[in-house]
Amino acid sequence: MTDTRTTGKQVHVIPKTSVSVLFAGDSGDGMQLTGTQFANTVAVRGSELNTFPNFPSEIRAPAGTVSGVSGFQLQFGSKPVYTPGARFDVMIAMNSAALKANLKDLHRGGIIIASTDGFDEKNLRLAGYPEGANPLEDGTLSNYIVFPVPVLQLTREALKNSGLSVKEIDRCKNMFVLGLLYWLYSLPFEDTVETLKEKFSKKPEIAEANISAVKAGYYFGDETEIFANIGRFDIAPQKQHGLYRRVTGNEACAIALTAAAKKAGLELFLGSYPITPATEILQTLAKMKKWGVKTFQAEDEIAGIVSSIGAAFGGALAATNTSGPGLALKTEALGLAVIMEIPLVVINVQRGGPSTGLPTKPEQSDLFMSLYGRHGDAPLPVVAASSPVDCFYTTYEAARLALEHMTPVICLSDGYLALSSEPWKVITEESLADINPNIQPARKPEDPPYLPYKRDEQHVRAWAVPGTPGLEHRLGGLEKQHETGNVSHDPDNHELMTRLRAEKIAKIEDSIPLQTIDNGPASGDLLILGWGSSYGAIKTAIENAHHEGYTSVAHAHLRYLNPFPKNLGQILGSYKKVLIPENNNGQLVHVIRDKFLIEPIGFSKIKGLPFNEMEILDKIIDVIKELE
Amino acid sequence: MSDTEILKTQGATLTAKDFASDQEPKWCPGCGDHAVLQQIKNTLPDLGVSKENFVFLSGIGCSSRLPYYVSTYGVHGIHGRALPMASGLKTARPDLCVWVATGDGDALSIGGNHFIHTLRRNLDLNVVLFNNEIYGLTKGQYSPTTKLGLRTVTSPSGVIDHPFNTASLTIGSGGSFFARAFDRDGKFLRGVLTRAAKHKGTSLVEIYQNCPIFNNAAFEAFTPENKAEITIYLEHGKPLVFGKNGNKGIRLDGFRPIVVDIEKQGLSTSDLWIHDEADINKASILARFVDDREGDDEKLPCPIGVLFAQEKITYEDALTGQIQAAQEKGAGTFEELLKGDNSYIIK
Repeated sequence: MTDTRTTGKQVHVIPKTSVSVLFAGDSGDGMQLTGTQFANTVAVRGSELNTFPNFPSEIRAPAGTVSGVSGFQLQFGSKPVYTPGARFDVMIAMNSAALKANLKDLHRGGIIIASTDGFDEKNLRLAGYPEGANPLEDGTLSNYIVFPVPVLQLTREALKNSGLSVKEIDRCKNMFVLGLLYWLYSLPFEDTVETLKEKFSKKPEIAEANISAVKAGYYFGDETEIFANIGRFDIAPQKQHGLYRRVTGNEACAIALTAAAKKAGLELFLGSYPITPATEILQTLAKMKKWGVKTFQAEDEIAGIVSSIGAAFGGALAATNTSGPGLALKTEALGLAVIMEIPLVVINVQRGGPSTGLPTKPEQSDLFMSLYGRHGDAPLPVVAASSPVDCFYTTYEAARLALEHMTPVICLSDGYLALSSEPWKVITEESLADINPNIQPARKPEDPPYLPYKRDEQHVRAWAVPGTPGLEHRLGGLEKQHETGNVSHDPDNHELMTRLRAEKIAKIEDSIPLQTIDNGPASGDLLILGWGSSYGAIKTAIENAHHEGYTSVAHAHLRYLNPFPKNLGQILGSYKKVLIPENNNGQLVHVIRDKFLIEPIGFSKIKGLPFNEMEILDKIIDVIKELE
Repeated sequence: MSDTEILKTQGATLTAKDFASDQEPKWCPGCGDHAVLQQIKNTLPDLGVSKENFVFLSGIGCSSRLPYYVSTYGVHGIHGRALPMASGLKTARPDLCVWVATGDGDALSIGGNHFIHTLRRNLDLNVVLFNNEIYGLTKGQYSPTTKLGLRTVTSPSGVIDHPFNTASLTIGSGGSFFARAFDRDGKFLRGVLTRAAKHKGTSLVEIYQNCPIFNNAAFEAFTPENKAEITIYLEHGKPLVFGKNGNKGIRLDGFRPIVVDIEKQGLSTSDLWIHDEADINKASILARFVDDREGDDEKLPCPIGVLFAQEKITYEDALTGQIQAAQEKGAGTFEELLKGDNSYIIK
């Protein structure tokens, strides 16, 4: 510590390579802000980082109850971290409900910092503990290292001269905890001080109180004897030098759409209806007016996609974003976009279903709907992002495919990626692939007649944008005559057009990269075939498997779910067994079996929670043992 | 498109014929849609818009086939969704002159939600609502504007759904323009369409359009002989006068419109209601003239022409203003976009 004052007392500092921390409290306790501040501090210091917020779908669920618990989990380390941690090493429990809700995911021997005022009689009752039971006192936490801290009392003491009301003072208790954590992990508090000054620039007394609370927490760590036995920790930062930013998956999607529009020389239009957990894409883009972005908050999901189809007809890069129930409502319009052969990006941030399901919980259960969920034969490309940063690259790729192949594209994310964040080394415009939409130039009198459905060798038709002289034409949902685009009910034409539309999508395999092996041998005993947000958990599990001597296990992660990369069949055939972990009841397993006539092993987790690395490692070991 | 047509788009004067596509209209003989299509084609050359800047959009239904028969850019979309498509197009491309052809089922039933929201946003769109008070393309089911009691294939004992009042719905939704015309009133319809096109904002034109196959009786009361007695043609700043001999008028008794006989009651036209298109309160009362008023012997005439026209900022202008304000100190660069405003350097 160079820039944070301490009492100079000698405290044992334990170096560690990574740690997972959970901030948990009532949804009114400010845990998201606390966790975000902590994450910013470790990110700026150069640690590897992965964060994941976990909060109830109600805005203010009953205070003090288990259903009202809001959490923010993060893992940071000296080595790359790909998940927020299967289990956490440290839990901050602002009340007894937070402890009750999360204890099962704390490592045995892990640290609990408990705010004792959240363990009074009333809180214990609200959390559902039996009369007279208090986990801090009755020995039930003997497998953990527990630090009871009277956070509220210490915060009040520290801010007694702030001039603020008790209520205002009490609201600063999360900052006290943050300061204490900074001390425990040998982190500086200066960045947070700056952030608080900025955040409360119009209320300097509130800023000052919060800053005092952070410092009070920090110095409490320094002065108290309670940590004497374990000391403090230090996780040396390892990031390469350079300019970074931290993005959530939803932010990355929004940035990607704007970047793709700029790269293609087009305006961006987003037609959207708010839905959890996809809304931040609309919110982020609504703030991007400086880049000329136009957002249209539609009256419903249908108007969201149809307005985008209108904008796409008008020559914009058009997108719509939604989550499962919204995608269901958009399916008729998707069919229109398919037959109009118009570019459109549909971002589906998946959540637990069916119906309203688990609105704030992630799931990967819209794969079938994305691949097949339309009436008629209506194939379209489907891509899936694998990490918060990959939401950028996958959305950008979705836009490229849409614009260059004149088709709607579904880009899958999920509630886990949407809200998780990780550091991203700032990239340059030049590093992004060119996007070349096939825009039809104005027609001169000597030119042949314009044929809206004339196709190139990739079966892609040209984009004729209103305002271009000589290209006036009519599109629509009725079947089109080959090349002329006139309405046609001719049986042979319908068959031809159905085949052409399918072939157009199939031919996209020529424009996408071959599938690579992320980690592991090119052939061997077992391939873990993943897609979407399970990437981090699988990657960590494979590293651990290799470490434990299971070296014949490899990992391939699919971005392209339709069409598949050309070499996927060959890869699948190079291993004795294929294991497919999915947060659904076995959808990709079904698709792979259907397409490649192999029998993969399905591994489903349908709990509204992402996979963790331990579950996957255990499954890998089980499968390998069975093979032997 | 022929070479001469291309030359015309490049500066020469256009005529109605230039807006005919090479597709033959497939509406039934005697359908009012033919006449409306003709008046639209007559109107377009007068608007001072290049041909390539017109777009016609529609949903599903008989009238929604219209874009195929106009040789501009166009999309025949999906049922009920023409208005959001138009909203997206106009938002992305404020430079285009966007028209929507829709019907009573398309706009007011399956597309009802879009109808009210489009009106309140007030994009500069020209919406032509073909109201035949029936579902034609699906063969004769009652629609949201079908009159009470009508026996149709889905109301064999008579319709019990109270119909929508299109004008009231438009005004209630915050619409800025409502006009009504008959399909057969060629010249008058053309005038109304021109007014609608020139109005900046969402212009809703309800056309009483006859479906000779499934609802031929809907507008039969409006015979040439009868029409003058049961309609009133509105003109801004002029008194509300109607009747074969122009002897009848409308006066307001408080909020209640009453029919008066000018001669018999010794009134002059200055005693009558003077039409003011911009007056939303009067427009709201005018809109209700077509309602059946039980227990009222005296039927009010059906208002024809522009009932309501109000200046109101359009959605696309407001959005353009916000974008301009955001770009006051220069548009965002690619570099700024990728860097974000929370980046940090690790040394």
